[in-house]
Order: sequence, then structure tokens, then C-alpha cells
Amino acid sequence: MEKLDTLKLTSRMNARVRKNAIWKSIFFLSTLFGLIVLAVLIIRVLTQGAGWIDINFLTGRLSTDAERAGIMGALLGTVWVMLVVIPVTLIIGVGTAVYLELYAKRGKFQSFIETNISNLAGVPSIVYGLLGLTVFSRLMDLGNAVLAGGLTLSLLVLPILIVSAQEALRAVPGHLAEASYAMGATKWQTIRRVILPAALASILTGSILSLSRAIGETAPLTVLGIPAFLLPFPEGIFDTFTALPMQIYYWTLDSSLVAEYANLAAATIVVLLVLLFVLNSIAIFIRNKFQQRY
Amino acid sequence: MAKNSDSKTNNAVNVSEMIVQNKKKKSMSNLMEKLVPSFLFLLASITVLTTIGILYTLLLEAIQFFKAVPIWEFFTTTELKPLSQDPQFGVLPLISGTLISTVIAMIVAGPIGLMSAIYLSEYASDKVRKVFKPLLEILAGIPTIVYGFFAFTFVTPLIRTFWPELGATNILSPGLVMGVMIIPMIASLSEDAMNSVPNSIREGSLAMGATRLETTFKVVIPAAFSGIIASFVLGISRAIGETMIVTIASGSSKNFTFDITQSMQTMTAYIVEVSGGEAPAGSTIYYSLYAVALTLFVFTLIMNLLARYVSRKFREEY
Amino acid sequence: MSMLMERKMTVENDKHVKKSSNSHRIVYDTKDLNLWYSNTHALKDINLAINEKEVTAIIGPSGCGKSTYIKTLNRMVELVPGVRTTGSITYKNKNILDKSFKVEDLRTQVGMVFQKANPFPKSIYENIAYGPKIHGIRNKKVLDEIVETSLRGAYIWDEVKDRLNENAYGLSGGQQQRLCIARCLAIQPDVILMDEPTSALDPKSTLKIEELAQELKKDYSIIIVTHNMQQAARISDKTAFFLNGEVIEFDDTNTIFTNPADNRTEDYISGRFG
Repeated sequence: MEKLDTLKLTSRMNARVRKNAIWKSIFFLSTLFGLIVLAVLIIRVLTQGAGWIDINFLTGRLSTDAERAGIMGALLGTVWVMLVVIPVTLIIGVGTAVYLELYAKRGKFQSFIETNISNLAGVPSIVYGLLGLTVFSRLMDLGNAVLAGGLTLSLLVLPILIVSAQEALRAVPGHLAEASYAMGATKWQTIRRVILPAALASILTGSILSLSRAIGETAPLTVLGIPAFLLPFPEGIFDTFTALPMQIYYWTLDSSLVAEYANLAAATIVVLLVLLFVLNSIAIFIRNKFQQRY
Repeated sequence: MAKNSDSKTNNAVNVSEMIVQNKKKKSMSNLMEKLVPSFLFLLASITVLTTIGILYTLLLEAIQFFKAVPIWEFFTTTELKPLSQDPQFGVLPLISGTLISTVIAMIVAGPIGLMSAIYLSEYASDKVRKVFKPLLEILAGIPTIVYGFFAFTFVTPLIRTFWPELGATNILSPGLVMGVMIIPMIASLSEDAMNSVPNSIREGSLAMGATRLETTFKVVIPAAFSGIIASFVLGISRAIGETMIVTIASGSSKNFTFDITQSMQTMTAYIVEVSGGEAPAGSTIYYSLYAVALTLFVFTLIMNLLARYVSRKFREEY
Repeated sequence: MSMLMERKMTVENDKHVKKSSNSHRIVYDTKDLNLWYSNTHALKDINLAINEKEVTAIIGPSGCGKSTYIKTLNRMVELVPGVRTTGSITYKNKNILDKSFKVEDLRTQVGMVFQKANPFPKSIYENIAYGPKIHGIRNKKVLDEIVETSLRGAYIWDEVKDRLNENAYGLSGGQQQRLCIARCLAIQPDVILMDEPTSALDPKSTLKIEELAQELKKDYSIIIVTHNMQQAARISDKTAFFLNGEVIEFDDTNTIFTNPADNRTEDYISGRFG
């Protein structure tokens, strides 16, 4: 064996260490890149839109006149849609999670449903739009009412909610259920009085996060034919509606015709992002405050 | 301590007695015990119904379409003129638009996502990670419509200042922005894969005098390779299905071209345009929606199954 | 007065007359019990007659089947998938292993205290009221009374009476375990099964639980699994020694610890293995 030339080795070692340091900064800059874009995006939207937000903008009706346009209708539309999405996804999502985690026998059927759910999570949102168009709008004749939009979005976010609720249920330690069974409680009593209450905080956190996904979703609504310009406010789940992301979409498209519309779109984005920020803060608050330590 | 020792027999209330009494009228709760599992089963089957609904809708209407337009013609011709007097339905322009935007997105998201993952998993201190990860989550949580606005009103004009040939709508800028959108997804999934590489493997390499960099590329990445590939495949699937960014920023030109400065339509953007337009139900153009959506669905399904297959192989390694 | 209570009173009187195990009635009569977890033969031909109103200790090295056995007595063992049993355990003239025997009824009459204190993440009050509530007792006054009596019965009332509405997780480990005992008492079972109830506790809390077990045996039949032989010697009337899923020896605690019949018992007690 040749003797190692220490001098050569040291100089090579130095080069290797230098190379490591250079790449470390490249990796760091890469990580920073996404965050810089995020910062640019937020600053851009704020500088462009924040000045347009005032009480008239928030409470006014739509108008072709950029100076007078308001987003109350879109805000109400979003709220109404959420009033459909929340109960529908919570009941179906938590119910499915409870079934899969606590009732279904480990086996082919259960793994079939779970595979199916993870596949559904990967289906593009626009395809859900077509499902909604065919089933809710046409077959059930709901047209472009709040209910059609709400149900479509519910199906879209359901896989996310189910998976997070499953994780929440799995995190409840088995010894709590044991204690309940040992008192002579039945399975449903144990689930309803012990397991669900213990998992509640995590389930709520997960459902708020999936709700914020639904709030920002646009593609399925475009397929349902949600109108670009709608003056009346929705007053129930059977009314036609528009929603914040739809308003952003139309104003962005038309900004090539009327330049101010871009500012309106930016202002609406600010409102949407604030809404999402508040929802996420609530989710984090619930997670930190109410999550049980076992 | 001995006081009150006869707690049970001295009880004013006899609980066991009451329980026995209550047992007799417990038929209601017995009923619940039987009904609840069936009810929950029904709820769980809604997800299966959703899948059946998607497949049924897409297939049923797509078959109508293929009665009017031969499937061969649909997949091999490059003319897409749904609204002309003599309508042509070749899906290739949409497929090329989808693929080009996906490639651009992955050129951005692949390397940057992976390098972010390397930084977070191999280099960053716990403190830095605690700051960066939630920030990346915010990036992932921004609605795509916001990215669309950003691509159309900011990125395109920005690039045009030093590249005037770029069209006001083009495939380049939505592709780039889509890439930024996918970075957090690839970063977090790849980081998970690299994190699950046991530390002993890393230490083995470091102890031989290898630098972090060498350890990362020669040991960690090979060990986490399938997980990283799976994250790329999921990123591709996400890019293929992405709708609003391309709809807004890439316009609706249906030319079969590979010029990234030009407007191109993706499959998703076509669905938005046609469904939002005045396509009457029952017309060929209406059915074309479903044929395109079916193609899109199959593309993403293949990607998702591939990702699952790859990551499942990965799990067997440890 | 109910039949149940009359019977208890008679047994109570018997005890004063003659302090011999013969005078006790049998609460659990186990005959030829075999149990398998999938392919593992965990309990082999168990024959044990456990007396009422006594403390019966089950000792043995880990993996000897003592925990499995006590969990068979309230059929909690069935929560493990793939469990099969043969033989019989007679409780109140019925075979509890019979599929027609409702486990909920059995567990209402047989309370259990676990290795690790497992209060619910609810208030102290709600923890105690849980059992009565699931069995249909809703009257607030009755519940209040049950909560107080049960907490008193577990000698923890004085420590918690001022904070009944606080989360049970705020209690110390020993208090939590006594709370779990109180939770059992709330539905007035006949038997209390204790599965290594003090293994996670400090010596002081352990002592309290042991004293409590001594007190409780006046009203309840207590079966306690322990890997602490001193504990078995201190508190039990009878002791069963388990090894590799078999009962090696079952006798008065005194006999087991001073003059065991089987060499293996002696080896275990003198600390030669385990």
C-alpha cells in the first residue's frame, strides 16, 4: 500500500471543507428563496390593495365602477358556503374517521377505503368541480346555489379532514378506552364520552385547516358557473352566490380592461389572507390551549 | 383511616341496585349500540360513492364525446378548435401546455425543494428549523388564485421588462410561480424521507472524516432516494392538476407549440374556459370537457399511484 | 333492604365468627382455563377458586400470565385481537366465558384498577360520576352523593373535596391511582381487580394503596397482581404463584411465604429468578 501523503491530504481536506461550506450557503439560500417570494408576494399585494380597503369596500355591493365596488356579497357568499361545508364535512369526516379507526375490522375493506381516500386527496380540484356540476348543479338541480358550491367543496376537503381526524383519534391513548370498558361501558358510550372528547381539540384544529383550504378554493367554483357580477346578497343556501376567490378571479382577468380592478383584486386578496390568517391562528390557539397531555 | 370503612353498606344510595333497575330500561342504548356502526359505515361509504361518482360522470360523458370524435383523433391531432364552424378536437395542444408548465414548475420546485429539504434536515439547527418550517407551511397555504394574480400582475410584467418578447399571457411565468407553490410540498416530503434515515448511518459516514456534504450526497440521499422521488412525483401530479395559476396567467391560446413565451392552454384551463362559457349541455364541446377531465384524471391518478408505489418500496428498506 | 345487601351482611357476620378461609364463599371458580393469543399458549389448565371478601395476590415473573389471568376475569383480555379461551370461570353461578354473558354486565360488577393510573381527561367529579352516568344514573343529587361516598371510600375525599371541578390530571400519581379506585367504587362492584396498581408509584403512595386494599376487603373481593412479593405478603390472604402460564401453587399467603410446597415457588420467593 502506498503511504498517504499527509501534505496532499491536508490540502484536499481543506478543499473538501470549503466545498461543504459553499454548498451549505447554497442550501440555505434555496430555503430562503421560497420565503423571499412569499415576502414579495405579500408586500406587493399589501401595497397594491391595502389602500383600497375601507368600510365601503367591505360592506358595499359590487359595481363596475372601481371606486364604488364593494365585496360584501362575496364575503357573505363565502360565509354561507362555509355554513354548508362545516357541518357536512364535520359529520361525514369525523364519522368516517371513527368508523375506520374504531369499528372497521383491520382487513381488505378497511384498507380499500383508506387507499380510496388517499387517492381522492390527489384528484385535482377541478375534477371535483365537474362532479359538482354534473351531480349537484344538474342532477339535483341546485344550479349555482350556495348548496351546490358548499357540497362540492365539502367533497373536496373531506379526504384531508378524514386523515387528520384519524390521526387525532389514534393519538388518544388506549388506556383511557380501557378504563371506560372496565367500568362496563359499551363501545359507543366509550367513543362518545371518552375518545371523542379527548380527541376534540385535534379534530377541531384539523377541521379548521381543511376549512381554510375550502375558503381559498376557486377552480371547482368556476366550473359550477358562479357568476362574475352579482348584485343581490345571498340570504340562504338556495340562493345564487359569489365568493371571495371568485371575485379575485374576475377582477384579475378584467384588470387588462380596467387597470384599477387589479387593485380591487389585491384588496380582496388581503381580505382573504387575513381571514385565512385568523382561522389558522384560531387553529393553533386551540391546539396549544386545549390539547391534552396524557 | 379506619373511619367510614363500611362505605358501601352504609351508603344511603344503593348504586348497584339502581344500575340493575336501569338495565331493564336500557333497550334504547342497546339500539344505539347496533345503529351507530351501521350509520358510521354509511358515512364512510360516502367517500367510496365520491370516487364512483367521479369515475361514472367522467366515463359516461366522455363516452358520449368519443361517439362524436374518434378516440384516436382526440389523442393524435394537434388542432383544437372547439368553437369554429368545423370544430376540431385534438387534445395534444392541451397536453403540451400541461406538460410544459409542469416541466417549468419542476425545474424550479425540484432543485429548490430538494435543497431546502437538505438544508432543513442536514444543516439547520433546531431553532432555524422551528422558524422556517411554519413559514414554508404558510407558503403552502396561500390559495392558488393568489398565486395566479401574482403571476399575471407581477411576475409577467417583471420578466417583460428585460425580455420584451414575452407575451402578456405566457406559459413561462405561471410555470415559475407554480414551481414556487410546489416548493414547500417537495421540501417537506423530502425532508420527512431524509429524517427517517437512521442517524447511525450518518454518524458512520461522519466518523470516517466525511464532510456533511459528502455524507448527504453519498449516504443520506441514496438512503432516502425513493422518498425523494415520491415527493417529486407528487409535485408533478400537483402541477398537472393546478388550475387557477395557468388559467389566469397563460391565457387560452390552443396552439400546439413549445414556445414558452407564448400563451398556452392546459387541460385544467380548458375545463374552466369551456364550463364557464356557454357550452350547451349535450353538445360535443360540452362532452369534450369530460374527455379532457378524464385524461387529466388518469394522468394524476397514475402519478399518485406511482408515488405510493415508490414510497412503499422505500418503507421496506428499514 | 335488597337481597344483595342482606347477603353481604351475613358474610360480614360470618367473618367475625371464624377467621378461616373455609367460611368464605367462592367468588370466582376457574376450571381448566386455557388461553391463547393467536398461537401463543398464555394460560395452561388454570384451576383456581378465589374467595369472596379476601385479598388474593397473584405473583410470578413477568410474562408468566398473571396479568392475562386477571384480565380474563373481566374479559378485558378480549380487547386483544385473536384471543381464544377454553374451560370455564364461574362467577355467581354463571360461566363468564360463555359468549351469551354480557361483558358490560360483568364489568359493572367487577371493577378494575390498572398498572398506570388512567383517569379521564375530565374533572375529578366527572371521573367519579362517569360510571354511574353510563349506567343511567342522571339525578344530580344522587350523583353528588355517590361522588362523595366513593371518594371517601378511597380515602381521597379530604384531599380533593375543594377542587372537584379541576382536571384530574392535576393530581399526583398516587392520588390519581386512588381516584381510579374511587371511580371503581362509584358503581359498587363486588370484585375489584388490581393489575400491579402500585408499580408506577413511590413508596409512600404505595403504602396508602395497600392500606386502602386492606380496608376495602371488608366490602369487596380483591384480586391483585403484583411483582412485589413483600406487597403480596403484606396485604393478601391468599397467594397464587404463576409460572409460564401455569399455577404452580395456590395457598394461604402465610404458607406460600414460609413453607411453600413447590421448589419453584421457593426459588422465586427467595429471589433466585424473576
